[in-house]
Amino acid sequence: MTLLDVRGLTVRTDDGRILVDDLSFTVAGGERLGLIGESGSGKSLTTLAVLGLLPDGMTSSGSVELAGTQMVGAAERSLTGVRGRDAAVVFQEPLTALDPLMRLGRQIAEPLARRTGLTGKHLRGAVHQALEQVRLPEPDRIARAFAHEVSGGQRQRVALAMALACEPKLLIADEPTTALDVSVQAEMLELIDGLVREREMAVLFVSHDLAVVSRVTDRVLVMKDGRAVEQGVVHDIVRAPRETYTRALVASARKLESALDLRSAP
Amino acid sequence: MTGTDLFTPTKRRSRRSVTLVVGCVLAGLIALLAAVSLFWLPYDADDTSGGRLAGPGDGHLLGTDKLGRDLFTQVMTGSRIAVEAGLGSVLIAAAVGITLGVLAAYAQGWIDDTLSAFLDILIAFPTLLLAMLIVAARSATLGSAVLAIGLAQSAVVARLVRILVKRVLAQDYITAARTSGTSWPRTVLSHVLPNIWPTLVVNLALQFGLAVLAEAGLSYLGLGAPPPNASWGRMLQEAQATFTTAPAGALAPGILLVLLVIGVNLIADGLRDTLDPATRRRRA
Repeated sequence: MTLLDVRGLTVRTDDGRILVDDLSFTVAGGERLGLIGESGSGKSLTTLAVLGLLPDGMTSSGSVELAGTQMVGAAERSLTGVRGRDAAVVFQEPLTALDPLMRLGRQIAEPLARRTGLTGKHLRGAVHQALEQVRLPEPDRIARAFAHEVSGGQRQRVALAMALACEPKLLIADEPTTALDVSVQAEMLELIDGLVREREMAVLFVSHDLAVVSRVTDRVLVMKDGRAVEQGVVHDIVRAPRETYTRALVASARKLESALDLRSAP
Repeated sequence: MTGTDLFTPTKRRSRRSVTLVVGCVLAGLIALLAAVSLFWLPYDADDTSGGRLAGPGDGHLLGTDKLGRDLFTQVMTGSRIAVEAGLGSVLIAAAVGITLGVLAAYAQGWIDDTLSAFLDILIAFPTLLLAMLIVAARSATLGSAVLAIGLAQSAVVARLVRILVKRVLAQDYITAARTSGTSWPRTVLSHVLPNIWPTLVVNLALQFGLAVLAEAGLSYLGLGAPPPNASWGRMLQEAQATFTTAPAGALAPGILLVLLVIGVNLIADGLRDTLDPATRRRRA
């Protein structure tokens, strides 16, 4: 079953620049697709266009069907129901993606309450559970804290808990580990991997890092300058990249990996 | 950021809360005078039995004015009028300003442009001229003065609110809230307003002080509350001619005016700090 069907998606600015150019891909239910490319290649815009949340001054055309709902050109009112229920997002920078003046527990409680209708003690229990699921120590303390009172890794776990609280069919992860310490990155990836597998959620994983993407996803779409360059199973792409750009990506990922190996070897 | 937090936290905070306390004491003193004046005054407002320009003492705490009216009575009534002028103006400025500001920030496009142009004109328009127009249309009352000041200030508040809302709307957490399916009205109530509130409250407190000064200025020119209600501005004007022989008539309202405005500004300064999330973290 196709969960997300993107066909001929084009994103333009008001002054006519084309930022995403005739992009097509699909994500089936429970499938994991990696979206990879250098910064400015249109990856993040694609995720926003999927949810109908493009910034002011940009318009999208083409077709984006998310769980059967057409997201391009749809009225804001009809999109509100789809967001969260069918897709939720974990953003790159958790500090700015969390409301600085709202306690973390309440930020998780909002989508939880909307989905489950729980209130009072039961809702607090559900928030506690949501925080435990992302393996946060002292969930009750964190629920009472503000975003600036916890560490970067903890913040990203809270953001993940928020996205999962929606129980979406599709989790969109937009560079979820880029802002984190290298040592925390691996943990975070493992956590996302495990939680998503348990829930049989589909994932659209956006990253500029081929090594990261290859750990979490089955298939990968390589983007450059707003266009799809190459698409296929991760394994094949890493082994035998067809396009020059993909070859360069793979080579640089290898180089980095071997540099890290050299450093950790002795 | 973190560096400062590490090295100066307690000192900074205690100094700021002192600011707030001193501000509250100063403004509270005037508010107390105003509150008492509602129930009790030493003399009637038009009681001229005291002898003209009497010095302090002898049944008149601050002496009397050139008509023999008790100065302390006038100062108390003046406090009430000053507090009323401040509150009234800020209420009008907040109600009109927040509505217009939020509207302009959300509407975008030509509505935003039109509103912004209108606000710019209103800001450039002298408060004095606005007050004269309103007084001409209505009459010289405290209400007219407050209306003029409130409307003039609402333009300033609206422009601030517009910028603040626009800035918050561009934040990731607004996008994050919307990706999880939060509706627009809900986003405004639970994310936008709380995040513009600290800055807004501080600005409104400053506007209160400015409104008190503006009212004193207008009533000095005879555009405020009519006699026999003494307002500080009119007291200053009436005592001007006799300042060298009987300075109490000008000093008393002058000093109270300064105390109230300083007090309110200190409160604004203290609020800025207690409401700032970056400093709030240490209390949580």
